[in-house]
Amino acid sequence: MKLRIGAIADPGTSVVNLTGGWRTEIPRITPELCIRCFNCVIYCPESAVKYSDKEGIYFDYDYCKGCGICSNECSGHAIYMEMEEK
Amino acid sequence: MQVVEGSYAIAHAVKRCRPDVISAYPITPQTHIVEDLAQFVADGELECEFVPVDSEHSAMSVALGASAVGARAYSASTSQGLALMWEVLYNVSGMRLPVVMTAVNRAMSAPLSIWNDQQDTIGARDSGWIQIYVEDIQEAHDAMIQGYKIAESKDVMLPLMVCADGFILTHTYEPVVLAEQIEVDDFLPPYEPEYFLSVDNPLSFGCFAEPDKYMEFRYMQHEAMDRARIKIKEVADEFGKAFGRYYGGLIEGYNLDGAEIVLLTFGSIIGTIKEVVDREKNVGILKIRSYRPFPLVEIRDALKDAKVVAVIEKDFSAGFEGALFTDVKAALYNHINDLKMLGFVVGLGGRDVRADDILEIIKRSKSAMDGGITDEWQFIGLRGELL
Ligand code: SF4
Ligand code: SF4
Repeated sequence: MKLRIGAIADPGTSVVNLTGGWRTEIPRITPELCIRCFNCVIYCPESAVKYSDKEGIYFDYDYCKGCGICSNECSGHAIYMEMEEK
Repeated sequence: MQVVEGSYAIAHAVKRCRPDVISAYPITPQTHIVEDLAQFVADGELECEFVPVDSEHSAMSVALGASAVGARAYSASTSQGLALMWEVLYNVSGMRLPVVMTAVNRAMSAPLSIWNDQQDTIGARDSGWIQIYVEDIQEAHDAMIQGYKIAESKDVMLPLMVCADGFILTHTYEPVVLAEQIEVDDFLPPYEPEYFLSVDNPLSFGCFAEPDKYMEFRYMQHEAMDRARIKIKEVADEFGKAFGRYYGGLIEGYNLDGAEIVLLTFGSIIGTIKEVVDREKNVGILKIRSYRPFPLVEIRDALKDAKVVAVIEKDFSAGFEGALFTDVKAALYNHINDLKMLGFVVGLGGRDVRADDILEIIKRSKSAMDGGITDEWQFIGLRGELL
C-alpha cells in the first residue's frame, strides 16, 4: 500500500493500529460480581469492552490500551487491573 | 499605478486571488491587511467567508479546516500571533494543505516590541511552510498571487507564507500596480484539490502514523519542498510574462558581475543596501527570495567568484549566530573553500538600519578580504553606552 500525502486515509482504516500494544495493565473480570450495568461498555474510549449473552462482559485485547477507565467506572467492582507480563 | 498603503496592496492582491475563506485575528502591524479584507467583504467586493476568531490559534485552525474541504484559505499574522499558530502550522503542512498567509515580520517579546525584525518567521522556518521574503510593496502584492499558484500546484501541495517586514512594507505608501481581476483569473486557476473532506466521500486528514510510517510522510514533505524549488522559478517566470514584473526565482543577484564582496540578505533592507552598493565598486547583493526551500545550488553558483560574503539579517539563534548565516555556510561547505564568510545582525526590534551601517559592514568585509577574520559574527549598531 502506497502512502497518500498528508496522512489522508479512507474511513475505518485506523483498525490497522492495534492499540493493545500500548498496554501495561490489563483489565480482568470477576463474572460473579457483574451486575450488567454496561458502564464499562459505554465508558471504554476504544470500544474494546464487548458483551454477549453467552460470555457476558469480555475484552478485545487487540485494542484495549489498558487505561483502566472500565475498572474505575465498574459499579459492581467486577473489573480489576493487573500488571501484564510481556 | 496607484499610491497605496502596503497593507492595502497586499489585501488587494489577496482579494484578486478569490479566497473562499479568510480567518485572522488582528495584531499590529498586520491589522490593516485584515481590516482592508474585512472591508472588501462587507462592501460586497469580495465573496468570501470572513471568520473573525478568538485567537491566532483558531485563525489558523479555521484556515486548516477550510482548506481541507477544498476552499482557498488565507490568514495573516505576525510575531506573538504567529507563535500562537505554531502547532497548527505544522498540522497544515503535515496535512499538505496549501494555505497561504502573509507573515508580517515583527520582533518577538520580551521585551515587548511592535517593531520590525525577522525573528518570528525564522522561528517558523522548520514548520514545513514555504517561506518567500519580499523586498518592497509591489513584490509583496505580487508574491501573494504567485504564492497560491506555487502552493496549490499538484506536485507541491504545501502551505506558503509571504514574509513582509512590518511597518516598512505594511504601513508605508508606494506607487503600486494593483492587479486587475481578469489578469489574476488568467494566471491563477481555481483550486481543485485531489483530496478534500466531503460527506459523499469521507476521508480522514493527518491520521495517526506509527513509527513504521511517520518518517515516510515527513520524507514526502521534503520531496515536495524539492519540487517547490522548481515550481517557484517556473511561477516567477510565468508571472513575469503575464504581468511584466520579475524578482528572480529563488534568489536575485544585483551587481554581482565581478563583485568581490557580496552582501547576502532578504527582506526590505535590500532597498537601503542597493542605495549604498550603487556607489561602491565590486560590491554586489544576493537576495534570498525563497528561504524554505533553501536555494543551495543557486547560492553556490552566485558566489563562486566572490571573495567575501557578508550575511546580513534581523534575527539570530540565541546561543549560536544568525540563522541565515548558518544556512549559507552550510550550503557552501564542501563546495567553495576559499570564500570568507561574515555574519551581521542588524535592526533588531525596529532599530533603524542606515546607509552608514551598511558601509561599516562593507568596511569590515574589505578588511576580512585583505587580512584575516577576527570576528566571524557580529552585531551592528549596538549602543555600547547602554551596556
Ligand atoms: S482498560 Fe481502557 S481500553 Fe481497556 S477495556 Fe478498559 S476502558 Fe477499554
Ligand atoms: S461496569 Fe462492571 S458491573 Fe457494569 S457491566 Fe461492566 S463489568 Fe459489569
